[in-house]
Amino acid sequence: MKEYLKEKKGLTPLLAQEEAARCLLCLDAPCSKACPCQTDPAKFIRSIRFLNFDGAVDTIRINNPLGGICARVCPTEKYCQQGCIRAGLDKPIDIGALQRYVTDYEEESGYKALEPNSEKRDRVAIIGSGPSGLSAANILARNGYQVTIFEKNKKPGGYLSYGIPPYRLPQSVVENEIKHTTDLGVKIVVDTELGKDISLDSLFIEGFKAIIIATGYDSARTLEMFNDNPYVETAVDFLRRVINCEGKVSLPDEMLVIGGGDVAMDVATTAKVLGVKKVTCVAREDMEHFPASRKEYQEAVDNSVSIISGFTPSEVNGCTVKFNEVDGQGVLSLSSSKIVLAIGQVPSKNGIPFEFNRGEIEVKDYQTSMPKVFACGDITSGDKTVVYAVKKGKETAEAVMKVLEGR
Amino acid sequence: MAKKVDVSLDFLGVHFENPFVLSSSPVGNCYEMCAKCLDEGWGGVVFKTIGFFIANEVSPRFDNLRKEGTSFLGFRNLEQIAEHPLKENLEAIARLKKDYPNKVIIASIMGQNEKEWEDLAKLVTEAGADMIECNFSCPQMTSHAMGSDVGVNPDLVKKYCQAVRRGSKLPILSKMTPNQASMIPASLASIEGGADGIATINTVKSITNIDVNNFVPIPSVAGKSPVSGYSGKAVKPIALRFIHEIHSHEKLKNVPISGIGGIETWQDAVEFFLLGAEVLQITTAVMQYGYRIIDDLVDGVKHYLMRHNFKSLKEVIGLATKNIVPAEDLDRSFVIFPKFDSEKCVHCGRCVISCYDGGHQALTFTEERKVVLDKKRCVGCFLCANVCPVAAISLGERVTKKELGR
Repeated sequence: MKEYLKEKKGLTPLLAQEEAARCLLCLDAPCSKACPCQTDPAKFIRSIRFLNFDGAVDTIRINNPLGGICARVCPTEKYCQQGCIRAGLDKPIDIGALQRYVTDYEEESGYKALEPNSEKRDRVAIIGSGPSGLSAANILARNGYQVTIFEKNKKPGGYLSYGIPPYRLPQSVVENEIKHTTDLGVKIVVDTELGKDISLDSLFIEGFKAIIIATGYDSARTLEMFNDNPYVETAVDFLRRVINCEGKVSLPDEMLVIGGGDVAMDVATTAKVLGVKKVTCVAREDMEHFPASRKEYQEAVDNSVSIISGFTPSEVNGCTVKFNEVDGQGVLSLSSSKIVLAIGQVPSKNGIPFEFNRGEIEVKDYQTSMPKVFACGDITSGDKTVVYAVKKGKETAEAVMKVLEGR
Repeated sequence: MAKKVDVSLDFLGVHFENPFVLSSSPVGNCYEMCAKCLDEGWGGVVFKTIGFFIANEVSPRFDNLRKEGTSFLGFRNLEQIAEHPLKENLEAIARLKKDYPNKVIIASIMGQNEKEWEDLAKLVTEAGADMIECNFSCPQMTSHAMGSDVGVNPDLVKKYCQAVRRGSKLPILSKMTPNQASMIPASLASIEGGADGIATINTVKSITNIDVNNFVPIPSVAGKSPVSGYSGKAVKPIALRFIHEIHSHEKLKNVPISGIGGIETWQDAVEFFLLGAEVLQITTAVMQYGYRIIDDLVDGVKHYLMRHNFKSLKEVIGLATKNIVPAEDLDRSFVIFPKFDSEKCVHCGRCVISCYDGGHQALTFTEERKVVLDKKRCVGCFLCANVCPVAAISLGERVTKKELGR
């Protein structure tokens, strides 16, 4: 039985050895080519194979400042595992599990791959402490820049801390990963919001030489028909509320979740894990184009969530939602005293003086139209996954250094 | 079904219902253990070596060598000979023979001088053993007057065999140590001294692992560890080599051999038969998996005999001996090129890496991850086939070096 606050067990040393032994140790390995942020699984798996665990930590940490988080939440089947040649024999190497084994080893052994850089280069401000902001901060700090991250919430981590249920990503892991970056000298100022407590101008006046906006997609998208409906809550609000009180919420006997992405799966699985008897999830997409990752979908199914695909809401009457079939004439009517909307997220635009086009800011090599103001993470183009946010954060750090050093 | 196939054989005049027995070791340490193994189908047991010397053992006393996920590639142990009093062991042997009259009970003995060897031979004969094995080969005895220090001294081996012969008319096996360059002098001395057959190999002197954090070899006995015996799969090649050495020697070729060393499967067993061994002794695989391995050993050998139309086990003995020749006698006139099965290939590129780094740079990898062979560079070493994880590389075209201009 799944527990809300407990993530599943990691690999034992023997299982990790066996999994690493399954790896074919390919030449020019496709897995390493497929990781958006070059975590280089082929190299760290080879290190596991040859018992060089410290070296495996180096490979992961140097390339991926959030290696322990990506190990848990990355949709690996879309990236590294997609190219795994072992899949041609039976099934791909469980790269996420091996990466977690290495980063868990790192925490237990106390080994640190990254060392602070004592050069005192320019001060850089980063707005938002989600995966992209943290990654940019990590790279800049390693290069001697003095970085301060401003976070509007009480806890740093952005969606990592407020949006991913603890059975998938325990808060302790998020805190450890953030510590890897703060140990490099990065300061995080919480409870400080752009457009309210600070502005781009005020930061420049304070002496920051560059600013990175990495505020993410932290607000829920809604549909007008659900406005002011007392039975409706957005997925963002629901997950945050449940995470904040560590699962101690009272929920009804049945729930309706609208959406088919990872967030919808998180809501539905959370509800089941917390004892909701019947959870029905209705997704707009058909199964062939189901947006949730395989892992998340399977987790929901394994927890007995009913999933209906290919229907979109057409009408709401109190607690009753009518759906129309997207590719057909079918109609569906479902009632629930708790309806959670998980139909996507949008950026909050407070204090950002740029135009958003389809939820994204136009950047060129991560530079906005304003000199020395950069943007990364979900508010720029690209996949809206943690690993992609890390990639953009890393690349933004490089872009910032290029500009500040006049390269 | 291979139930009806006969795998019995006569060895030194004693009938074995199947050729598998426990070797003298921790797995045959008392009546109850031996009884259980015989109940499960073993042909016999070599009861753990007995002597007037009573072993005082250490804790812990075992270690094993691993590779990737696999444990027990090799196994190291620190145990000496029986830890129970001599009287108790003799009673156990007598009771085993009484309760299992159709099974073979071999008494392994070890003395510290000629008198002890002779007395032990008398005692085990009186107890009803079918055969005596002289342990000249345990590498971790606490006295240098015993064990493998004796086994490398042909004069002592001969003298002690003579003593045993004086003490008993039973068939005598002389158990040899592999911790020497050649087993021939000690084997010849054994036969000259009155032994009827050779049992080999005992364990290989070893240090398996060292705790790199505190510099103590494993197993650590209060921070220290000796050199001690190594067994299991890893020593099979060494065992086969020594068995071949004896079986192919002009003066020893007709001496019956009991084969020991890393036998786990029926295939291992058949390899020992093919090089001249008859009754086979096993410990390490039993330590790891239990007496029940006998089921697949016996059944596997039966199926093998059936598939190859052999009428008895004796027909198999020594069939491979003639195919082992000195390196100078090999045909060196041709090259065989590897053949790549594109259906089986998973395009991992391991062959390409090994060919470059350990071979002759004859393989290249295309953009589409396809392996291309350059016959001009290929020497036909087949390292590629050895590393291929899917057995996609086999023997292909055979060309003479003359044709290739080499």
